[in-house]
Amino acid sequence: MGELKVIGGGGEVAVTTRLSDLLQWARKWSLFQYPFVTACCGMEFMATAAPRYDIARFGAEAPRFSPRQSDVLWIVGTISQRQGPVVRRIWEQMADPKWVIAFGTCASCGGFYDNYATIPGVDKVIPVDVYIPGCPPRPEAVLDALMLLQDKIQANDRKPIIVPPRLVPERAPGRTGEGHS
Amino acid sequence: MTQAVVDRLKAQFEERVRETSDAFGDHELVVAVKDWVEVAQFMKDDGDLQMDHFIDLTAIDYPERESARFDVVLMLRSSVTGARIRMRTYVQDGEEPGTLSEIWSGANWAEREIWDMFGIKFDGHPDMRRILLYEEFVGHPLRKDYPIDKAQPLVPYREVDDTQKLPPFGIEEGQPFARIDWESRLAGGDNQVSPAIGVQQGQRRALSDSEAAQQIQARIAERMAKDE
Repeated sequence: MGELKVIGGGGEVAVTTRLSDLLQWARKWSLFQYPFVTACCGMEFMATAAPRYDIARFGAEAPRFSPRQSDVLWIVGTISQRQGPVVRRIWEQMADPKWVIAFGTCASCGGFYDNYATIPGVDKVIPVDVYIPGCPPRPEAVLDALMLLQDKIQANDRKPIIVPPRLVPERAPGRTGEGHS
Repeated sequence: MTQAVVDRLKAQFEERVRETSDAFGDHELVVAVKDWVEVAQFMKDDGDLQMDHFIDLTAIDYPERESARFDVVLMLRSSVTGARIRMRTYVQDGEEPGTLSEIWSGANWAEREIWDMFGIKFDGHPDMRRILLYEEFVGHPLRKDYPIDKAQPLVPYREVDDTQKLPPFGIEEGQPFARIDWESRLAGGDNQVSPAIGVQQGQRRALSDSEAAQQIQARIAERMAKDE
């Protein structure tokens, strides 16, 4: 939470910070989501939201099925041209500050659809903060995206960003009994 | 069993059943557009046939064919006898076969889809509107002469010049998602991103496979060195 300054000692301690930092901190730990789920990526989204991966750890477990109450718009799946005005309107109905996550390849760039029916990336219609590659992305990638978004919220950074891959060590620990070097 | 269906129809309609064929036990007959509804109605009502299960109705575009551009194909099954049959008719551009929605109500949406995708109208249909696309759409996308990548956005695309947008994906993010520029590929280049799309999206050139492998190796080595 930005710069923390501890004042005093012994029995009574006060901590100071900037108000904006405090606000960003509060925002990033209580992200209410609006899942706009249109396609197969939805299964992976459900897996992420289920207890095994437990997005409640990030304060993002509450889905709001009204855009007026939500902070993060998840675009999960292919967006067709016919849905374009719908997505746009939902995004406009959300109150500031709001963020958008493009979940999966189709939402990010249209994926393998290159035709009359599909919008080649939802960023053609609304601005996107975090892109998650994958067809569909693994839940780990989704959690990475959520943490990335939290970092961006804390830093007040609106630059779009892509979830980077997790590097796989050549020998995973425990696999060979040797641990990785 | 389906041969019996064909025989029955031939006995009833004689030379109005223009062609019959048989592929792997599935029989097909061809009728003229003017006989389309009558034969279908007969297949539904006849006591021997009882084609009560409407499976699908679809169309095929043969733009090079001069006599009649489209095939309209009806697939039927009888839940009583288990027989299946396919009926086909050749339709010219602008010609309107009669609707089957009075016979099988399932044909209603199938005919709307054919209108939407191929631009074939059905005479007497109660609600001849587009079903999947939007009213603003111009043309019919499953016609072979519709440009394969032509989109007709309902919302104007955003201007992305003012945003500091990163290139969406490179191979090191997991997969090469970029659209492949086939023209330059076939000419021997390794450019994977279509130039038009690349400019539009601010995309960088996707890496070739060998470049990507090098980069991934380098990153793994870097990571391993850091861990040690």
